[in-house]
Amino acid sequence: MDFALTDEQRMLEETLTRLVADQVSPEQRRTMLAAAPSGASALWRTFAELGLLHMPFNEDVGGLGGNGTDLMIIMQALGRGLVPEAYLAGLVLPGQLLALTANGEQQTRWLAPLLEGEHQLALAWQESGARYDAFAIVTQATQRNGQWQLNGRKDVVLNLEAAAATLVTARLDNGKLGLFIVPADAPGSSTHLYRTIDDQPAGELVLSNVTLALENCLSDDASDALAEVLALGRAALCAEAIGAMEEACDQTLAYLKERKQFGLPLATFQALQHRMVDMHLHLEQSRSMAILAATSLSLPTSERDYNIAAAKAYCGESARFIAEQAIQLHGGMGMTEECYVAHYAKHLVMFDHYLGDSDYHLETVSELLK
Amino acid sequence: MNLTFSPEEQAFRAEVRRFLADALPSDISERVRLGRHLRADDHLRWQNILSEQGWLASNWPKAHGGPGWGPVQRHIFDEECAAAHAPTVVPFGVNMVAPVIMKFGSIEQQQHYLPRILSNQDWWCQGYSEPGAGSDLAGLNTRAVRDGDHYIVNGQKTWTTLGQHANMLFCLVRTDPNAKKQAGISFLLIDMQTPGITVRPIITLDGAHEVNEIFLDNVCVPVENRVGEEGQGWTCAKFLLTHERTGIAGLGHAKQALRHVKSLASRIQHRGKPLLELPSFRQRVVKAELELMALEVTNLRVIAAARDGGVPGAESSLLKVRGSELRQELSELTRRALGPAALPFFPDFLHGDGGLDDERAQSAAASAQYFNRRKLSIYGGANEIQKSIVAKTILGM
Repeated sequence: MDFALTDEQRMLEETLTRLVADQVSPEQRRTMLAAAPSGASALWRTFAELGLLHMPFNEDVGGLGGNGTDLMIIMQALGRGLVPEAYLAGLVLPGQLLALTANGEQQTRWLAPLLEGEHQLALAWQESGARYDAFAIVTQATQRNGQWQLNGRKDVVLNLEAAAATLVTARLDNGKLGLFIVPADAPGSSTHLYRTIDDQPAGELVLSNVTLALENCLSDDASDALAEVLALGRAALCAEAIGAMEEACDQTLAYLKERKQFGLPLATFQALQHRMVDMHLHLEQSRSMAILAATSLSLPTSERDYNIAAAKAYCGESARFIAEQAIQLHGGMGMTEECYVAHYAKHLVMFDHYLGDSDYHLETVSELLK
Repeated sequence: MNLTFSPEEQAFRAEVRRFLADALPSDISERVRLGRHLRADDHLRWQNILSEQGWLASNWPKAHGGPGWGPVQRHIFDEECAAAHAPTVVPFGVNMVAPVIMKFGSIEQQQHYLPRILSNQDWWCQGYSEPGAGSDLAGLNTRAVRDGDHYIVNGQKTWTTLGQHANMLFCLVRTDPNAKKQAGISFLLIDMQTPGITVRPIITLDGAHEVNEIFLDNVCVPVENRVGEEGQGWTCAKFLLTHERTGIAGLGHAKQALRHVKSLASRIQHRGKPLLELPSFRQRVVKAELELMALEVTNLRVIAAARDGGVPGAESSLLKVRGSELRQELSELTRRALGPAALPFFPDFLHGDGGLDDERAQSAAASAQYFNRRKLSIYGGANEIQKSIVAKTILGM
């Protein structure tokens, strides 16, 4: 039992904290969000130089072999700064799925440049009819004349605009889950781009008779790999939410100490003190769950899924609680676009809509309850 | 980071489990399992067995005759004891007054009292709260006036747990009414046989006689029974509140209670199916499970910090608040699970030696325990006080 970070991990944490403080101030963030997502920002190049793009991948695919704790440190720092880079959606999720499914040639073509920061990817696993269920999809892939043909519609694909190609799940004729890599310029594919309410670049990917060569099929049975990658993504999201919760709590506490009403700082009122403590309690309990998730990635599948579903459900509810309290305790200011905590609040509420919400994950815990 | 126990720690757990299986008398564990109150003799029998094993004073250093365990071993020990339905060691001697005597007491006091605690010769109780001093403990009024080699003590203490069995009382008294309220307090050790002491039972809403009022009427206490200097009593009291509170979440008890809820709700039928399959009930069990998982990891974080030399301070408050809330929720779920069977009340069985048929015995304690568990968020500093402590010490408000 050990909760301490190694020396390397502490250095990683310090480096990231400095980087976020230097390069992602509220004004810098606003400027970054105003630009079209390209996957090649100055900050992304810095990530590459610092080895962050290699960190979460195994050595056998050219990564640095970082574990769940390393990923947690990175995600937490990105969450603290609300850093507008698609680290998870554009690098970790599609990259891990490639690492698990792609053959040598496919890895050379798609994974190696990803780790070098030469391109970003996206992962299209979600469909509007299936809500959060990654396996109840209707997009079809059929093999004909030595080619694959894909038809369907993928919903809320994060990082779609910047991605050189998108990993797409599709149902095969034999009922199994296939995984394909669809280049951005593939004929028959089209996109409807937008930003989510918490500022993430995303879009809908429409596949209309998209014809792909055989080598664009990454797997003809990708269920287990997808489940593994989604589990990793959920653990990573929990860690990111911890960073955002920390910052929302810190900003709220600072505001309570500085803002005066009735001639006294708000922090002197007991009703507000206890509300602030409740936020802190939610944060610390959620941190424990995020640690549990990060250290569960290599457990046997059912244990892994149980712990991570529990963590995602728990953090989802805490994140919403902290977001709502942060707005309430900031009073009218918390309602404004100008108030930075409002952006954290938006992300913390919408956290529950990424990779399955509390209800979805509570159901998983309920099904696996021992 | 990793959350697994080392091979040595796992071996220790197995050793504790074996010991409990061999040494814990089945009539005692059965009383605990059924939620019946323990008689003084039940406590003493079990504590003598622990004493013989050298495990009674689980938080004492070896130098004073303890096992010299660290926080991780104590945590494992507590968890296994709760799982085996072992009685909780009455804490007022080993866990409360003993650390104060070790830290602030004279050599003579240490030599006299510590071995007697270790051998269960003395049964200690706590004289802290007063009718006018609950959460505001430092507002206490029990007065001790110096008279030669003695203090003459007058006043009233309350909520004295198991005071009816005790022969010794550790007591906060006001020795200087003119000093600032915390500064005028001293810490006295009082023999309950001294003339002028009256113990009166307080019956709680579950029908139990667990707590008492103690009246002190011109009680004569030798000056040598004062621990530390005159006016240092608040320092001793505060030390007690921060000493070894990694067990404050009651994790072992919460785990046991959740296991019980699940097993109960798997057996009890609702419209031909186990109650655990009723969505609204199951949802609450699932939420309790999540809360327990979070609490366990938070508890381990605090234990690991204590093991590595940190002092669990305000984090204990977090554990206390969330631990008590969870245990209360679990007592609520147990009561609800029983449905109408939670209504019959058999005080003679729960609090005395009365018999009861086997089926009723299984469910007899649930409602009484639900009411009893309300104390968890009140005693040891009410949860609202804990939140104010966190606001002040962690958040700097």
